[in-house]
Amino acid sequence: MFDNPELIKLVFGRLTLESFPLHEPILVVTFIVVALGGIAVVGALTYFRLWGYLWHEWFTTVDHKRIGIMYMILGIIMLLRGFADAIMIRLQQAMAFNGSEGYLNAHHFDQIFTAHGVIMIFFVAMPLVTGLMNFVVPLQIGARDVSFPFLNNFSFWMTAAGAALVMMSLFVGEFARTGWLAYPPLSGIGYSPDAGMDYYIWALQIAGIGTLLSGVNLLATIVKMRAPGMTMMKLPIFTWTALCTNVLIVAAFPVLTAVLALLTLDRYVGTNFFTNDFGGNPMMYVNLIWIWGHPEVYILILPAFGIFSEVTSTFASKRLFGYTSMVYATIVITILAYLVWLHHFFTMGSGASVNSFFGITTMIISIPTGAKIFNWLFTMYRGRIRFELPMMWTIAFMLTFVIGGMTGVLLAVPPADFVLHNSLFLVAHFHNVIIGGVLFGLFAGIYYWFPKAFGFRLDPFWGKMSFWFWVVGFYFAFMPLYILGLMGVTRRLRTFEDPSLQIWFIIAGFGAFLVAIGILSFLIQIFVSIRNREALRDLTGDPWDGRTLEWSTASPPPAYNFAFTPVIHDLDSWYDMKKRGYKRPEKGFRAIHMPSNTGTGIILAGISIVFGFAMIWYIWWLAAVTAIALVAVSIGHTFNYKRDFHISADEVVSSENARTELLAAGLKS
Amino acid sequence: MNRFFAIALLPLLALLSACNAVVMSPSGDVAVQQRDLIIISTVLMLVIIIPVMVLTVFFAWKYRQSNTDAPYDPEWDHSTQLELIIWAAPLLIIICLGAVTWMATHLLDPYRPLGRISPGKAISETVKPLQVEVVALDWKWLFIYPEYGIASVNEMAAPVDRPIAFRLTSSAVMNSFYIPALAGQIYTMPGMQTKLSAVINHPGEYEGFSANYSGAGFSGMRFAFHGLPDEGFEKWIADVKSKGTTLDRMTYLQLEQPSEKVPVQHYASVDPELFSAVLNRCVERGKMCMSEMDEIDAKGGLGMAGIYNTRSLEYDKYTRRGGAVFGPDPAFVVGICTTEEALQASMNIQTLPPLNTSPFVGAGLPRPSPTQLFGLQRRPSNS
Repeated sequence: MFDNPELIKLVFGRLTLESFPLHEPILVVTFIVVALGGIAVVGALTYFRLWGYLWHEWFTTVDHKRIGIMYMILGIIMLLRGFADAIMIRLQQAMAFNGSEGYLNAHHFDQIFTAHGVIMIFFVAMPLVTGLMNFVVPLQIGARDVSFPFLNNFSFWMTAAGAALVMMSLFVGEFARTGWLAYPPLSGIGYSPDAGMDYYIWALQIAGIGTLLSGVNLLATIVKMRAPGMTMMKLPIFTWTALCTNVLIVAAFPVLTAVLALLTLDRYVGTNFFTNDFGGNPMMYVNLIWIWGHPEVYILILPAFGIFSEVTSTFASKRLFGYTSMVYATIVITILAYLVWLHHFFTMGSGASVNSFFGITTMIISIPTGAKIFNWLFTMYRGRIRFELPMMWTIAFMLTFVIGGMTGVLLAVPPADFVLHNSLFLVAHFHNVIIGGVLFGLFAGIYYWFPKAFGFRLDPFWGKMSFWFWVVGFYFAFMPLYILGLMGVTRRLRTFEDPSLQIWFIIAGFGAFLVAIGILSFLIQIFVSIRNREALRDLTGDPWDGRTLEWSTASPPPAYNFAFTPVIHDLDSWYDMKKRGYKRPEKGFRAIHMPSNTGTGIILAGISIVFGFAMIWYIWWLAAVTAIALVAVSIGHTFNYKRDFHISADEVVSSENARTELLAAGLKS
Repeated sequence: MNRFFAIALLPLLALLSACNAVVMSPSGDVAVQQRDLIIISTVLMLVIIIPVMVLTVFFAWKYRQSNTDAPYDPEWDHSTQLELIIWAAPLLIIICLGAVTWMATHLLDPYRPLGRISPGKAISETVKPLQVEVVALDWKWLFIYPEYGIASVNEMAAPVDRPIAFRLTSSAVMNSFYIPALAGQIYTMPGMQTKLSAVINHPGEYEGFSANYSGAGFSGMRFAFHGLPDEGFEKWIADVKSKGTTLDRMTYLQLEQPSEKVPVQHYASVDPELFSAVLNRCVERGKMCMSEMDEIDAKGGLGMAGIYNTRSLEYDKYTRRGGAVFGPDPAFVVGICTTEEALQASMNIQTLPPLNTSPFVGAGLPRPSPTQLFGLQRRPSNS
């Protein structure tokens, strides 16, 4: 068979032995390390007989809390990959001076900065944000689960499938070399004929299905599943931001899907949507991708704003200042998010009136955002602020984010953008808002809700280590980039000529090193906290003296969340209940109707990976088989009648009694 | 928390010492005005940013849990006056900034002819702007001076205090033309033309580069921009004319092929139609120009006949690099008869031999075999 090239091509498509990057020593070593690590993990899971547990309790779960936790784990694993890329970029740029080519060739370096952007946005920030929303929203609104529990499981696995394809590109073939938004004509078949660009397309398309469906799901959940009495203006503020984020997801992600589908047609069947010839227009792609891309940044930042609102109010032990104005600010940002996309390409030559319109709409967004900052400020005013880790991240955010906001408004002034566009100043700006805003918010959220998810707090010492290394490291890593931007240095450069720039890149590299210690401290913290979990145990379910409904449940909450659906009378409902002397019901429990676990989500996602792989490598027979399998399994799932079960009243009684005992023990100690 | 503040101020201090921050100390009037706008906007925003940062630190410190002397009001969550200030203060700043933005965006529109040479120095009526046609190639820059009939690669010169009118395009992928000392950047896009007005006020050698990632050779896509006194510029022109070679369409097609870190090249004479041919993507003889296609389409198009008017592409970058797996063979629209060609023929100028003699793909001619159509055989490997 191996002497028949036609047959080999039929079986393997364009996948050949040369597709494996054996000539790249960095990748070979990485592969060996990953393979050894993988073997160790698989070995350990087999040795401790955990496969069944993982499959039945986690992989097939439809419990929004567990799915949320799986999203968080995915996000943190991908953070390590994305950060490894960041370190490699910093190292290359700190080295490549005075005629040195650095240690990365263009082929490798260009993949790295593309992968860094794609991974950090799609497979770090998005899973972490979605994970938190998934975990927190149903608890905050007094629901037992999301509206469509199976869909939730499926969404998670599709996101994970996209991440798996990106990871696969590391060792089989290559990744795109186009920058994270893959502008054509560079990303068209004429200039990127390799499999890397197809990895990009299929990873994002598959993960995009997950994101869109999870958006639909959470939107329906928030609209339809609120506890009685929880009117829209009594909705916890994080849920409000989650609602707006999911509106943005549902409206924006189809645009991404469509634009990538058009690019796919260009690449696979030779249409001319974004080509140079035959009437194609690459700039249509740039417009379309940013019509998705700008709302995307608000998709990420709005939940972070919600987290900061919850954290500030809880740790200042005070009502949130200006709840109504917070809600309207969030809505205004949601709407304006669609009216600013052109500020990403003022330099395309759209004309002064168009540019000023989009510049000014961009600036207008800073008004509701500024109002939010003031609202947090006046929430702290006359409070009793406890500087626990979530609050520390919030203060760091408020001081860091305003700098990023300021440089953002500066970039919204078109003539200023003409000199700063695509420079390292821009790179510093968006890292300033995405790290200083989204990531700091996610950390605040992780520290805040971790005890709720696992029943014990995270170790404060290593948390503080992580905090200080992250924050100081961030300033060291990105302030030099602002300066380099003002020195006229553009982004994505692999080598440099002016030796006076080098010192700034070395400082930035040092900052990245500090951040690395911050990430390491975070991992140590998780390890240490698991080891000391008895000492860090939260018996009350309400370790921070919380204000919203999730703190009324046990930590971790039972599968059914609430034995009785709570009735809401006020904003900050749990605070209100505590103030009025709420007594937890201890009898009268009834059986609870719950959705059943199903393996369909992970199976569909697994087939999707194979389908994506087959499309990437032109293995048409496999693509056809998996496409049919996807439809067949989906139809088959509709005949699954084992969809639900009841948690018996006895079980509810025993788990609620256990909580009663825990609470009593907590009171005694 | 004070530590934050000190760190936040670091870049500002560092800025003062970094004398080579070219964006902050440019040499062209447009860039100077853009720099001023950066400073004005920053100062306007600092009016609100600094109080916010100070208040954050102050409130965080004053209302810490251990400070039991500070007032504590857990139910206080609304104040109409404060809300008004909260929304009005940023609004006022944005109104100011928005007004500045509207004016500056129009005044500094790169398409607008310059209004002045430098502050207080108007443009004299007699001075015509220096026309420069820029083509971003993979991965080098081509500058054509139509007035002088010369061209250069990776080197550009302009006389001090004379307005420059750039017209820009790209041969293959998108780039961004940027000389930080001179003026803001503008994209160069294939099949499209952008414009940029600028003037250099101080003689010197400045750096120019592409500010939009364009592929493997992007990092080396740099050129020198010389701001020269009038006599120096004349001398540069004379030098190019005396030492350079000829840039005709064939030379251009050779030059257009991807290459990295190309040394400076001079051309003493240039095909006068070259820029327009590049812009309309018809440097290759026989290919229909986009402008002609537009005109045909504006008159209703060729209808079904238009789909036969193509020819398979053998030497352009598409076959060089790849094509859609299920798509038709790379092709181009055949020029029916261009005015330039007709003119040229009438002037009996020697025409270039055809690069490709393979048959046209069209009605009455053999179609490609199915295997060719599906592209299974002709795809080069991707290594």
